[in-house]
Amino acid sequence: MKQLLVFIRKEFYHVFRDRRTLLILFGLPTAQILLFGYALSSEVRNINLGVVDFAKDPASQQIVSRVQSSRYFNLKEAIPTYDAMQRAFRENRIRAALIIPAGFNGDLRHTNRAQVQVIADASDPNAATTITNYLTGIIGDYQRELNATAALPYRIGTETRMLYNPDLNGSLNFIPGVLALILMIVCTTLTSVSVVREKELGTMEVLLVSPFRPILVLIAKATPYLVLSLLDFTLILLLAVFVLDVPVRGSLLLLFAESALFIVCCLSLGLMISNVTASQQVAMLASMMGMMLPTLLFTGFLFPLENMPLPLQWISRVVPARWYYLIVKAIMLKGLGFAAVWKETAVLVGMALALLGVSLRNFKIRLA
Amino acid sequence: MNTKEQKAIVCRDLTKRFGDFVAVDHISFEVERGEIFGFLGANGAGKTTAMRMLCGLSHPTSGQAAVAGFDVYRQQESIKRSIGYMSQKFSLYENLTVLENIEFFGGVYGLSDAKLNRRSERLITTLGLGQEARKMVGSLPLGWKQKLAFSVAVIHDPAIVFLDEPTGGVDPVTRRQFWDLIYEAAGRGITIFVTTHYMDEAEYCNRISIMVDGRVEALDTPGNLKHRFAADSMDEVFYQLARGAKRAAD
Repeated sequence: MKQLLVFIRKEFYHVFRDRRTLLILFGLPTAQILLFGYALSSEVRNINLGVVDFAKDPASQQIVSRVQSSRYFNLKEAIPTYDAMQRAFRENRIRAALIIPAGFNGDLRHTNRAQVQVIADASDPNAATTITNYLTGIIGDYQRELNATAALPYRIGTETRMLYNPDLNGSLNFIPGVLALILMIVCTTLTSVSVVREKELGTMEVLLVSPFRPILVLIAKATPYLVLSLLDFTLILLLAVFVLDVPVRGSLLLLFAESALFIVCCLSLGLMISNVTASQQVAMLASMMGMMLPTLLFTGFLFPLENMPLPLQWISRVVPARWYYLIVKAIMLKGLGFAAVWKETAVLVGMALALLGVSLRNFKIRLA
Repeated sequence: MNTKEQKAIVCRDLTKRFGDFVAVDHISFEVERGEIFGFLGANGAGKTTAMRMLCGLSHPTSGQAAVAGFDVYRQQESIKRSIGYMSQKFSLYENLTVLENIEFFGGVYGLSDAKLNRRSERLITTLGLGQEARKMVGSLPLGWKQKLAFSVAVIHDPAIVFLDEPTGGVDPVTRRQFWDLIYEAAGRGITIFVTTHYMDEAEYCNRISIMVDGRVEALDTPGNLKHRFAADSMDEVFYQLARGAKRAAD
């Protein structure tokens, strides 16, 4: 145990004396968070839409069938009640809902005025705006068609509600994504480089000849970066809350626990990279490029996963950041508890165990 | 087993193959306790591979070997506790101070704080590093780094210390000082197993072996070897043996 502590202390010395490491650790996240673009709009398709039709009359059915034929929406099964709709939102089964009040047809025919309500999950504000625009457009088309043959103009009002993020704060959406991205890059890069550095310098050989157990070498290497990454996480969170006005609605403790889990995933990835690379440059490239691209592409915070061809959607499932992103969004922006994210958590636990297992096994093989 | 325990190292037909390539080809030798044993050979002759097998860094393909009385196949952990190792590459941490390096490696070998304090004090006095104890190792001249690396490699008083070309790139005066440290360690009963390219260093050893193409071609005291090959210097002995090598040096 004392040996391990001696080793961990040494790792901290390395970190605090290396300007490059410190820059990656604290400069990179700060810059990323502050620079990351706000306006990232893109077309949204295959939106899961829930329809709550209290009217069930000719007019409401006409609207529903128009929505159905639109290429933007996947109509989920009819949702009977308000509560059921809210549950569907929480469980991420729908991104938006269209509510048609009872007596819709009657209102329209007799008073020439009727109301529908559109609710969108605005934790991704760009998508939410796009979605409500589509729906308003479809309803507007229907209204125009009715008016073409009517003596008195019909008017259908659309009331929209942005769920979770009423102000459409753009930072809300990218903070969880950038969190995932930064933790991924910082953890994998620093761990892999710090192990490979010892290989390159020849000190690894000395360590392997010593009675110090190889598995402890890995633990000692990973521990400081676990601590520092949590520090990094805190830094990003503080920036997000106090500079970008992003709220943390759920449990802070849960958020930290989930982040620690994700960090363990990334550290294991870093150890894996260090097992197959021999120079610091290669390790750095592999961790930065190899991790940054999949994280950017397949996490869903830049490019909606719904739009991707199926094979790419499958690939996205093996990217740990994708699951972490969902978890952070749920806890931070929607204020949901563990019950809402246990599946994603289970996936991350599985990934962490698998990656850790592989990197430990390969490390032993190198000794033979 | 009894005879083995009296020897620091015993090798019988130790062999290492990498695919078709036989890096170390049935080598056999013994090293006495307290001996300074020179392990010579051209680049690519198999010295480093042989040494790595003895240190437990590499598994032998076949043959037997015992280091400090422990079997290289079954008792690697015990071997690790009884040896020190200094690699070809400079193997201290440049961005740690002299003291921090000593503390780290002492800690890795599980020395108690009291023991570690005593030894690091002694070490710093012996090396005359009093002024530099709190300086980063990276800022020291190469000669001092090497001497420090050696002292750290024996800080836990191992039975045997393996030195892989410890004086590469060091000037003759520093090399001489380095060998004073080796003699001092040998005087404390530590067996020295050293590979080198410098033939003047070979003369400092009690006995030397010369490897050519993975085999041990000669093994004796420097004096006897010179006599046998009718040579004036170890340089000549080495040249006569290495000329027969088929492997290209890398």
